[in-house]
Amino acid sequence: MSFSNLTRRGLIKTSAAAGAGLALPTYLSAASHAGFTNAPQGDTVTLGFNVPQSGPYADEGADELRAFELAVEHLNGGGDGGMLNTFSSKALEGNGILGKKVQYVTGDTQTKSDAARASAQSMIQKDGAVMISGGSSSGVAVAVQGLCQEAGVIFMAGLTHSNDTTGKDKKANGFRHFFNAYMSAAALAPVLKNLYGDDRKVYSLTADYTWGWTQQESIQAATEAMGWETINDVRTPLAATDFSSYIAPVLNSGADVLVLNHYGGNMVNSLTNAVQFGLRDKQVNGKNFEIVVPLYSELMARGAGKNIAGIVGSQNWDWKLEDQLGSRYTGTNAFVQSFGTKYGFPPSQAAQTCYAQTLLYADAVARAGSFNPCAVVEALEGFEFDGLGNGPTLYRAGDHQCFKDVVVVKGKENPENEYDLVEIVEATPAEKVTYDVDHPMFAGGELGNCNPGA
Amino acid sequence: MDAILLQLLNGLDKGSAYALIALGLTLIFGTLGVVNFAHGAIFMIGAFCAVTLSKIFSLSHLASEPSGTDFLGKPKYEDILYIKEWFGESAGAWMLDWSVPLSILFAIPVMIAIGFIMERGLIKHFYKRPHADQILVTFGLAIVLQEVIKYFYGANPIPTAAPEAFRGSFDFGVLLGFDPNAIIYPYWRLIYFAFSALIIGGVFAFLQFTTFGMVVRAGMADRETVGLLGINIDKRFTIMFGIAAAVAGLAGVMYAPINSPNYHMGMDFLVLSFVVVVVGGMGSLPGAVLAGFLLGILESFASMNEVKNILPGIDQIIIYVVAIIILLTRPRGLMGRKGVMEE
Repeated sequence: MSFSNLTRRGLIKTSAAAGAGLALPTYLSAASHAGFTNAPQGDTVTLGFNVPQSGPYADEGADELRAFELAVEHLNGGGDGGMLNTFSSKALEGNGILGKKVQYVTGDTQTKSDAARASAQSMIQKDGAVMISGGSSSGVAVAVQGLCQEAGVIFMAGLTHSNDTTGKDKKANGFRHFFNAYMSAAALAPVLKNLYGDDRKVYSLTADYTWGWTQQESIQAATEAMGWETINDVRTPLAATDFSSYIAPVLNSGADVLVLNHYGGNMVNSLTNAVQFGLRDKQVNGKNFEIVVPLYSELMARGAGKNIAGIVGSQNWDWKLEDQLGSRYTGTNAFVQSFGTKYGFPPSQAAQTCYAQTLLYADAVARAGSFNPCAVVEALEGFEFDGLGNGPTLYRAGDHQCFKDVVVVKGKENPENEYDLVEIVEATPAEKVTYDVDHPMFAGGELGNCNPGA
Repeated sequence: MDAILLQLLNGLDKGSAYALIALGLTLIFGTLGVVNFAHGAIFMIGAFCAVTLSKIFSLSHLASEPSGTDFLGKPKYEDILYIKEWFGESAGAWMLDWSVPLSILFAIPVMIAIGFIMERGLIKHFYKRPHADQILVTFGLAIVLQEVIKYFYGANPIPTAAPEAFRGSFDFGVLLGFDPNAIIYPYWRLIYFAFSALIIGGVFAFLQFTTFGMVVRAGMADRETVGLLGINIDKRFTIMFGIAAAVAGLAGVMYAPINSPNYHMGMDFLVLSFVVVVVGGMGSLPGAVLAGFLLGILESFASMNEVKNILPGIDQIIIYVVAIIILLTRPRGLMGRKGVMEE
């Protein structure tokens, strides 16, 4: 009688399975001999595009994905080349990256931090992605950036506007092309002063999460510096859909400006509610009541329809920039042309930032002559470039934030179509929105050292 | 004082949406004994009936001659609306402007049909199954329905405006002797409140004063006995499912101008509506309406700054706090009957 039913054949099977299991981690980091995570093998290189493909930001994610596809096509020498033709750096030759054909995998962030981390992890471990890009939320960007730092791959952030992404949560392997809350506020303040004067009382509604807080802090500091007074700031739940109970008391509060620190669905609903309550038709303190939306998303503003008419806000980029403000914004028309020809409509600012990020990564690899994240970090740090649609731009070494002009826009009174909802008021020059690396609103975190992984 | 009146008004308005959805939920639960998690999706489909009609009215063809160039520099052709061609410029413009109220006529048959199909096609197979199975299948159905809507309409909210005549707001404060701008309220939200009151009144009158309603009420009280009397109660309950779907659908249609419809709006209301039903008492129609308004008003008061300053974050949890208190003190809810969901 035996206490074990282990047979010789069973033992061999178990050993084989255990051996395979133990070998798996080595397989997953097969490139460990190259000294960094997922060093491209053969004649291809894989990029991972992590965008919201489901959930409320799915349309923005779809536009990001279109831009990524276009960028890959251009990198591989297809299409009309888009902004490769206008980009100031000429290291890319349309033969992939360092001669390796670019292929990509996609993940669905669902605009949830845990789901976004899981999909990024899967693209890094299973698909061998050497760079992760995309996203439409700061919570997601911070989470995925942290993961990429640990895994030893580069993170080229998509749409993320919280100060924290390149502030207290900055990481050496992470880079942000998109602007941030501080820049929005710094760009908006002088325009608001010109439009509405220097004696205004502000009531603000703020989405109760990281981006909302930094946006509110930034806009309050900037507007108070020019003489405006903030009389109340109300935090609203991120999950709120009807803002009527927050909007209703505004008119009787003595405020004559309402600042909506909301994005996406929150912005569409709060702005729609504010217009329903007739705020824009009222006079308070002898002045016309005004509404400000610090971060505009033209794509999402479609949901608010005509309600955005006359509302001032800021954008990272607009497809009409080069036509309206001239050749400083060269690259814009080239991108609009290739995107518009391929998809039939103009690109959103989310698409532009994702396209630019992909090109910037590829160019950094080409200049560095290596996919090693530490070499890429070195190539991107302090990199000055032009021709990607935003005018002269600096990727600052101290925090991996891009510094470029910020576009101040206003909702059009009579838009011609759903892609033409805003008009450009002005572009605030980069030097007016630049801040120190150790600015209090960005303090708290350390960039640390680049991590090549493996 | 004016702030309190304003939030009271606001609460009544919020409450009317909750009450309408909860009323439909209770109708289905009371008659068929099914916990219908797809009810929020029905509300959402109602709102998309308004979107659809406005899209139908916006159908157009391109002009034969170009009227300029598009963003790529290619010739641009203007859209010409069919309804303006068929009904004339002014009538076409009027129809487009009034598309939301007109959607009511469009939504009633569509929603009743959807209710029928849902009940006959899927839900009737789950009558004798445990409540957990019903919840799972209807929740799954809700997800399917919202993904279908997302596939056709996208994830972004779609603006659906109220008629021009009802945009803007009404100054109640002046009427009551307050300063101007003290109590203003949007016209369309006032209409929503009146509309809800009308529908709720209509449903109660239907159940109270018609023979059909009497049979349904008898069936709700004792299904078996009504069946023994030779009445086909199942058929009537199916019709009630259709009516409940229509009530939620109409709530959705009229809600479209308040917040731009998106595929997820049903889920946003679903959890709240269940809390409303539980607080009101499972199976009690007056309870659902009462709890809808009560929770709407409490939610509005909880979002007042004066209250939030004392209890930060109370606006996010007030509904659940109230639910806990009610269930602890009155386990059957405000107007719940003995024996419902207790077997």
